[in-house]
Amino acid sequence: MICQECNLRPATMHFTKIINGEKTEVHLCEKCANEKGEMFMGSSPTGFSINNLLAGLLNINPSFQQTPQKTFQQENVLQCEHCSMTYQQFAKIGRFGCAHCYETFKEQLTPILRRLHGGNSAHNGKIPKRIGGTIHLRKKRDELKGELKELINNEKFEQAAEVRDEIRSLNKRLNKDQEGGE
Amino acid sequence: MSLEKFINQAISSWMNEDGPDSDIVLSSRIRLARNIQDYKFPTIFSHDEAKMIIVKMEEIINKGEITKFGQLELLKMDELQPLQKRVLMEKHLISPNLAEDSSHGACILTENEEVSIMLNEEDHIRIQCLFPGLQLTEALEAAGEIDDWLEEHVQYAFHEDFGYLTSCPTNVGTGLRASVMMHLPGLVLTQQINSIIPAINQLGLVVRGIYGEGSEALGNIFQISNQMTLGKSEEDITEDIKSVVSQLIAQERSAREALVKTSNIQLEDRVFRSYGILSNSRIIETKEAARCLSDVRLGIDIGYFKNMSRSILNELMILTQPGFLQQYAGGPLRPHERDIRRAALIRERLRMEKEKEE
Ligand SMILES: [Zn+2]
Ligand SMILES: [Zn+2]
Repeated sequence: MICQECNLRPATMHFTKIINGEKTEVHLCEKCANEKGEMFMGSSPTGFSINNLLAGLLNINPSFQQTPQKTFQQENVLQCEHCSMTYQQFAKIGRFGCAHCYETFKEQLTPILRRLHGGNSAHNGKIPKRIGGTIHLRKKRDELKGELKELINNEKFEQAAEVRDEIRSLNKRLNKDQEGGE
Repeated sequence: MSLEKFINQAISSWMNEDGPDSDIVLSSRIRLARNIQDYKFPTIFSHDEAKMIIVKMEEIINKGEITKFGQLELLKMDELQPLQKRVLMEKHLISPNLAEDSSHGACILTENEEVSIMLNEEDHIRIQCLFPGLQLTEALEAAGEIDDWLEEHVQYAFHEDFGYLTSCPTNVGTGLRASVMMHLPGLVLTQQINSIIPAINQLGLVVRGIYGEGSEALGNIFQISNQMTLGKSEEDITEDIKSVVSQLIAQERSAREALVKTSNIQLEDRVFRSYGILSNSRIIETKEAARCLSDVRLGIDIGYFKNMSRSILNELMILTQPGFLQQYAGGPLRPHERDIRRAALIRERLRMEKEKEE
């Protein structure tokens, strides 16, 4: 096979890229591959290795890999209502079709996210300002609830009462926000 | 066109400006991945959706609200020549994916090219800020400002548990990729790099060469970046990288000191031989050029060369890539012609340094 870049030297480097589920084969000689080095390094998500890696990872999911094809009933296929991507398609290309896919595949997704993100499956960073208000309050409230439990377990009732009051006032604010938003 | 003029037009501010620790850290980059609610992701969206996103973004930048970063320019990939796209890619302003495979892809650039916003790449919006030296926090702040500004006009796809939703699950959460480009010849020459890379990988960070292929790092230039985007705050992610980078800086400095102490004459010989090759060769391949440029840059940092600008490594690593060489030549070049052009460009660039001295 001849290098498709220079059409001179024999192609010794072979790449497969997957875009929108479509496979493209690229065959280059070492020299042209070096020249194109930057392209093949790519930004990591489009990089070739990570794509394969990811596909491997997603396919680990036992409910989809070990089940023989034929036992799939039409109604059992997990599919996003908004973009009609199926879980199988997602597992194959490693990309979601739309934001709603996350909710649709949530159950399957959580263990995958844990594996990809060092055990984490919950966001802990920036929140868009527009929706940020209530989320912050809710997160704070949930934290306080945990604290309250611990305080009660340790029989620190005075402090517990303070925390309980704080939770109440947060609840009030949350209810108000919800009314205001409607 | 004279080389000087070509360089002035070709380089972005990060390539020739100094930043903190810029003897070792070449640049810092922040990337935020965002998607717009109710539009399908670029993986499967329709042409109409893709076009609507471009129209929407055009409207937003035409409001001219954000002036801090200077004039903004929107470039549509369909309207650019392949060579123009290639050059943007070689400057790290756009990704190969945007240049070649995107549907209605575009990028928004600021005048100094510190900020580039890719549209309809793997995600609808990818904000990138590229600063010279070690300035991750500054770059994060700048990216955050642009993010806040865009958010005033578009509704981002955001999930309470998963954070910012991205088309690939490896980017979900913060959508943040923070990366630092470092020149580490000392650690390579002393072979310490081989034990350092696995240690950094264990911390959940990725080390790779930014030029060259696979595990090879052309020009001893390495990129350190985070792999995980979910579960930690943006500040924690950047702090983690910064602390690893600071340790690397310290190790690189002591490796250089040790080299000078134990094998000064060998090192000096190596550096000046490389300088000899760069200033005399008529044909030079990417690999050899990168190795020699790294040596000369090390020589500048150690003080073997006075008055030579540090930026030649950054500049020439970028400018001797195929796209730039062809742009400078004004037409397509075959690989062996590029090697000749590369040698000529490097010789001329070094001559400019000499003239400056006189
Ligand atoms: Zn070739
Ligand atoms: Zn979907």
